[in-house]
Amino acid sequence: MFRFSKTILVLTLAAASTAAGAFENFQGVGRPATTAEVKAWDIDVRPDFKGLPKGSGNVERGNELFEEKCASCHGSFGESNEVFTPLAGGTTKDDIKTGRVRGLSSGELPQRTSFTKVATISTLFDYIQRAMPWTAPKSLKPDEVFAILAYLLNLQEIVPADFVLSDKNIADVQKLLPNRNGMTTDHGMWPGAPAKKGGIGNGGKPDTANKACMKNCKPEVLIGSTLPEYARTAHGELADQYRSFGPVRGTRTLGPEAAKKAADAGTLELATKSGCMACHGMKSKIVGPGYSEVLARYKDQTDAESRLIAKVKAGGQGVWGSIPMPPNAHIKDEDITTLVKWILSGSK
Amino acid sequence: MGDITKQPGRLRPAPENFLTEAQVQAVADGRRDFLRKSLFAAGAALALPKVVRASEGDPNILENPAWTTSLGLPVATNPYGMPSKYESQLLRRESPGLARVGGASVSFAPLQGLFGIITPSGLHFERHHQGWHDIDPSKHRLMINGSDDSLLKKPKVYTLDELMRLPSVSRIHFIECGANTGLEWGNVAVPTVQYTHGMLSCSEFTGVPLKHLLEDCGVDYKKARYVLAEGADGSSMTRTIPMEMVESGEVFVAYGQNGEMLRPENGYPLRLVVPGVQGVSWVKWLRRIEVGDKPYATKDEAVHYIDLLPSGLHRQYSSIQEAKSVITTPSGGQTLLDKGFYNVSGLAWSGRGRIKQVDVSFDGGVNWQTARLEGPIQNKALTRFNINWVWDGNPAILQSRAIDETGFVQPSYGQLRAVRGTKSIYHNNAIQSWKVIESGEVSNVQVL
Repeated sequence: MFRFSKTILVLTLAAASTAAGAFENFQGVGRPATTAEVKAWDIDVRPDFKGLPKGSGNVERGNELFEEKCASCHGSFGESNEVFTPLAGGTTKDDIKTGRVRGLSSGELPQRTSFTKVATISTLFDYIQRAMPWTAPKSLKPDEVFAILAYLLNLQEIVPADFVLSDKNIADVQKLLPNRNGMTTDHGMWPGAPAKKGGIGNGGKPDTANKACMKNCKPEVLIGSTLPEYARTAHGELADQYRSFGPVRGTRTLGPEAAKKAADAGTLELATKSGCMACHGMKSKIVGPGYSEVLARYKDQTDAESRLIAKVKAGGQGVWGSIPMPPNAHIKDEDITTLVKWILSGSK
Repeated sequence: MGDITKQPGRLRPAPENFLTEAQVQAVADGRRDFLRKSLFAAGAALALPKVVRASEGDPNILENPAWTTSLGLPVATNPYGMPSKYESQLLRRESPGLARVGGASVSFAPLQGLFGIITPSGLHFERHHQGWHDIDPSKHRLMINGSDDSLLKKPKVYTLDELMRLPSVSRIHFIECGANTGLEWGNVAVPTVQYTHGMLSCSEFTGVPLKHLLEDCGVDYKKARYVLAEGADGSSMTRTIPMEMVESGEVFVAYGQNGEMLRPENGYPLRLVVPGVQGVSWVKWLRRIEVGDKPYATKDEAVHYIDLLPSGLHRQYSSIQEAKSVITTPSGGQTLLDKGFYNVSGLAWSGRGRIKQVDVSFDGGVNWQTARLEGPIQNKALTRFNINWVWDGNPAILQSRAIDETGFVQPSYGQLRAVRGTKSIYHNNAIQSWKVIESGEVSNVQVL
């Protein structure tokens, strides 16, 4: 009897450990990452500069690189609002002293730039290194990232024109960022441990406290804002964005010119989907010429349509500057024809 | 019209098919009597050869249509089925002027026409930071490492073959962009619910709890209190996530969406699911997880996705999507066809758990009634609500107000702005108002 129970016990223990082992250790699943693999992908840089590569770059080199790789979207001085919101501007010498951008609260700032917001320079290094330039992310070497960042810091009048930014002095430059004291984590929207337990925020306490009143909740209804007329029609024909059956219809918002507008919008969508709009603006140059500029040049040429179709297909260089247009084999022939006709008919 | 409270809602033919622009304008100007007359005229004109029969009833009933009197198409005509050709209007759409580059833009889900709580995968909203790719799953890898060796014993690499062998979970969760309704912080800016609230979707996601993977790699939970998630796209987008959420088992690495693989625009073949937290943290095309002892202040938590307050300070690491709701029918940009009965329907959700109650007001928030909660009520998922309404033809302002299981009540615009001002961009969860005028046209207004 005694021997029998002991055997059962041993068997039970063995079964338990086998079962536990199968779930705690996913045998045969995954493999160790090699040192080279981790190095290749682990490129993040934290605010304490953990992960920052060694290197350096000066303002002048940064200026050259910026002009070559960044200015087509951001403008030569990081001021452009054409493609993305501006990088530079909006801060004062006084902001650099206090570490708080005054324009953010005074209402004097027409638009926030990257430097009016960012409190950690590691953020900029990390982002430029991982995601820039726009069409060739991760192509910059660490020295180039340091140089571009030095140029941006100089534009923002944080460092002088002869400055060399490096892994050695980046922590000191961090202490000069105009909005370095501009962040707060005193809110209830962090889903982890609160600050008092070594985490972030107030532990989930909301900042509004509405009450579920049911009857006679207020003496009057105050309307703060209504839809402006221009916004009513800015999103195309609303009637076409609803089913033609069911309890409601989309409101018809556009007049007789709706058809032409809708067709133009459709072609614009095609141009966007095909990637054209990344380089071409409607009116003016981004990387390649604006469509109005193309129209102006080709409108009197009888073979304009066939020439442009051939150009879009095969790509080209030299007509509008040195930056080449890549071949567009991925766009269907009929779509290229639609796009070219649209451009030559005064695209809108 | 008699006693409208006793009259059921009527399905009417689409009037716009019969009307000229001038007539449409007349209707838009509120001449509803005109609409009725012209409908009779149009109906009579169409049915002219069958005048006698039309008086006997609806020709759609009296004469069998082609689909009832002929052979239909065989199976697998469409090997991957598509919606009906009559469903071409409900599409993901961009809001003009919101972004100038399609690769760093948003397309909004057409909430105005969706039912229940699941967003069809093809209509799931999109937000890309540097364009999207259709990634070859056989070449996709997930790496897990530590910010230093003491936080994680064994950095590992997993393939899809391997991840899909592991114990899986399937859960329905909403995903909302932190900037949803962001266009409306200062004033009404867009006409329809697609553009006010369409950075919102809800799917059943399938995948592996991240804690299983971290534990497989020998994570030290005592030291590693943060997780960095990184995408495989050009932007290699990164966000910091608290380890508490991972330890709870809530956060998972998903490959499935609504029974099939994720769609490329939504992160194929692998994305992170972080229930209740804004969409930017649900990193798409997930290629790397790093555990660390400090938050990372990445671009999308140090330059963007930070909430500007009236003091000039920005809130950083604001992540939870607080309780919110919106009526989708009727809503802005719609026109009610007639007086009478309507099933007012909408969506409610909370990043802090389940929806407990939704109230609806028809008078701009003076009086409220509790709505029915339709279908399943799940943790951090969309919840559909509906409520009866008989429209008497007078102006009305419709609102909905969500209450979640923590007791939090969705705030009014007045309450939200009193704390956060009007320039935040992110986390606008104010009560939405839709104004109905006599013509039946519904428009977007803000009630303070």
